Amino acid sequence: MNPLAVDIENLGFSYPGQSGVSFSHFNLKIAVAERFGLFGPNGAGKTTLMYLMTGLLSLREGSIRILGNDTKRQNKSVNRLFGFIPQDFSFYEELSPVENLEFFGAWSGLHRKEIRKRTTELLEILGLTEVRNKQVRKFSGGMKRRLNLAIGVIHRPRILFLDEPTVGVDVQTRVAIINYLKELNKNGTTLVYTSHQLSEAEDLCEKIALLDEGKIIAHDDLTKLLAEHRQEGLEGLFLNLTGKNYRDYHV
Amino acid sequence: MYKLWSTIIKDVRILTRDKVGLILMFGMPVILVIVITNIQNSTFELVNKNKTPLLICNRDTGEAGRQFIQAIDKIGMFRLQSVPKDQSEKNITDRMHAKDALLAVIIPPDFSSKIDAKAKKVAGKALNTFGLEGDKPGTAGDSMEPITLYYHPILQQTFRSSVQGAIYSALQLVESRQILKTLYFSINEKQLPDTLENDMLNNRLTINEIPISLDGSRKVPNASQHNVPAWTVFAMFFVVLSLSGSIVREKLNGSFIRLKTLPTNYILVLLSKQITYLAVTMAQAAVIFAIGVWLFPSMGLPALNLPLDSSGLFFVSLLCGWCAVSYAICIGVFAQTQEQANGFGAVSIVILAAIGGLMVPGFAMPGSFRTIMKISPLHWCLEAYYGLFLEGGKLKDILMNIIPLFIIAILIQLITLWGLKIKKLI
Repeated sequence: MNPLAVDIENLGFSYPGQSGVSFSHFNLKIAVAERFGLFGPNGAGKTTLMYLMTGLLSLREGSIRILGNDTKRQNKSVNRLFGFIPQDFSFYEELSPVENLEFFGAWSGLHRKEIRKRTTELLEILGLTEVRNKQVRKFSGGMKRRLNLAIGVIHRPRILFLDEPTVGVDVQTRVAIINYLKELNKNGTTLVYTSHQLSEAEDLCEKIALLDEGKIIAHDDLTKLLAEHRQEGLEGLFLNLTGKNYRDYHV
Repeated sequence: MYKLWSTIIKDVRILTRDKVGLILMFGMPVILVIVITNIQNSTFELVNKNKTPLLICNRDTGEAGRQFIQAIDKIGMFRLQSVPKDQSEKNITDRMHAKDALLAVIIPPDFSSKIDAKAKKVAGKALNTFGLEGDKPGTAGDSMEPITLYYHPILQQTFRSSVQGAIYSALQLVESRQILKTLYFSINEKQLPDTLENDMLNNRLTINEIPISLDGSRKVPNASQHNVPAWTVFAMFFVVLSLSGSIVREKLNGSFIRLKTLPTNYILVLLSKQITYLAVTMAQAAVIFAIGVWLFPSMGLPALNLPLDSSGLFFVSLLCGWCAVSYAICIGVFAQTQEQANGFGAVSIVILAAIGGLMVPGFAMPGSFRTIMKISPLHWCLEAYYGLFLEGGKLKDILMNIIPLFIIAILIQLITLWGLKIKKLI
């Protein structure tokens, strides 16, 4: 039997000083090659959970397994298995796309030849070939988003964690990114995605989990959930389950 | 190895594209070395070669006033400008405010008569001591109006002290001459012959000044030998502005989050920065030394003489650079913001330079500071460089400066490692 892409068991976590969201006896399973969406209002714990899965935060209790590898025990070797696309631009603006990919490719464990090959491929796919040698600081928001994605997938990760990968981009870039993500998924990459762009999420995700204050309040196939709650779209489902009050009171 | 190489290449690319950072690391220290050496050299020349303008107002009508002026002139420190005797003190000070001169001496009207009276009193006492009959000791010299020395407030205490010493020695000469003449006249009842006067007063023993050195070269140190090593050390430690800022910037921007999710240890980032910036500090030293050797002479400054032990110079520069880079990384790891890193970094370097003896020599510091200075890595860097540049020493001669520097660098590295652990960066 294939291991799960992500297997979270009895997760316990809280920020120091009791501020922010906390998780207690939290469980979540994401199957391999799934297009999984993680949604919830601000402060629900989406980004914290993403950080716990990628090792940016350390869990207090329980376990997180990535493709069967315990993140606590495997330490850095498990990081080869996944890619992470943070919400913030995570590259060096002083460098060109080629130079960024060269550096992050090396840090992802690739060799020079492979980096060159992947760089050419990715820049072509994401429409950055023309600006391959220009400093990133001069790029538009859409170009930066595409580069952010390219860096995260240069080492062909088996799981891709995406935190708001299309925030602040035009429709063309959004469509290009979503199509590319679907393409990656067709080739077996598991997508773990979070966003406030619910229409985009409907298009991309097959399965979703709705989080609120560190707890899963709904978790199933999107179509099943919509039918179960008699909603036509994700936005209606979201409001139905989480209410209309402001939720970003955690500082 | 390829990861480290890629990281170094990345750091070099970012560094070379940061024009302001490069100016801070190379341009500013070069300007600092040139300016400070020029200033110190002109101070040196002010005392030794250039003469300080001095206004002299002789209100005395006798011989002693003229002899006093001649004696001051003979010292060689001053360019004398006579001022009419009826010139008011306000006029004189006004001329000084206009920077016509930085010093003024006013010889009082009764100078000769009082010197004469004092000489007679001293000579009389001396003759009485010998059992000869001399003039009865009078009281004429006791109420002599003092010589007035005006000085411009820009003159520092050390220079004023040397001026005062020079003027006292001129006064001493005039008084001695007059006492000698009076004594001679009292004994021989004739004037002291000029030749004898010259023999007695002017044939002084000379002082042979020899700088000590470990290589026996006896080269006289100049302003460049003092300043270039000192400000090179300062420049090396000033990489703190660029390096600690770069670490904080990287911690705060998104790239850090990505780096932490990749299968590589963050310590590689710091290792790369150590190598890159160590090369920067070595380049800084090379540029500043090259300027000292080749550019200074064309600017009218004394050329920098490089130590004969070039491997010693390389090793000391390497160790100083490593210590500077370690310090900058340590600040970068602990600082939360770039403002913290830059502010603390810059101020702490100035303080460490001050207590380390870069601004005021260690021997001139109060006793308690001489103990504190030992915690400053800049002090040990400077001592090691001075051992090579000023004392003509070799690496083995400066081991006692290198060992503490090495220990300080290791301690800083350990503190950095501890900082990385408590901040969960590794």
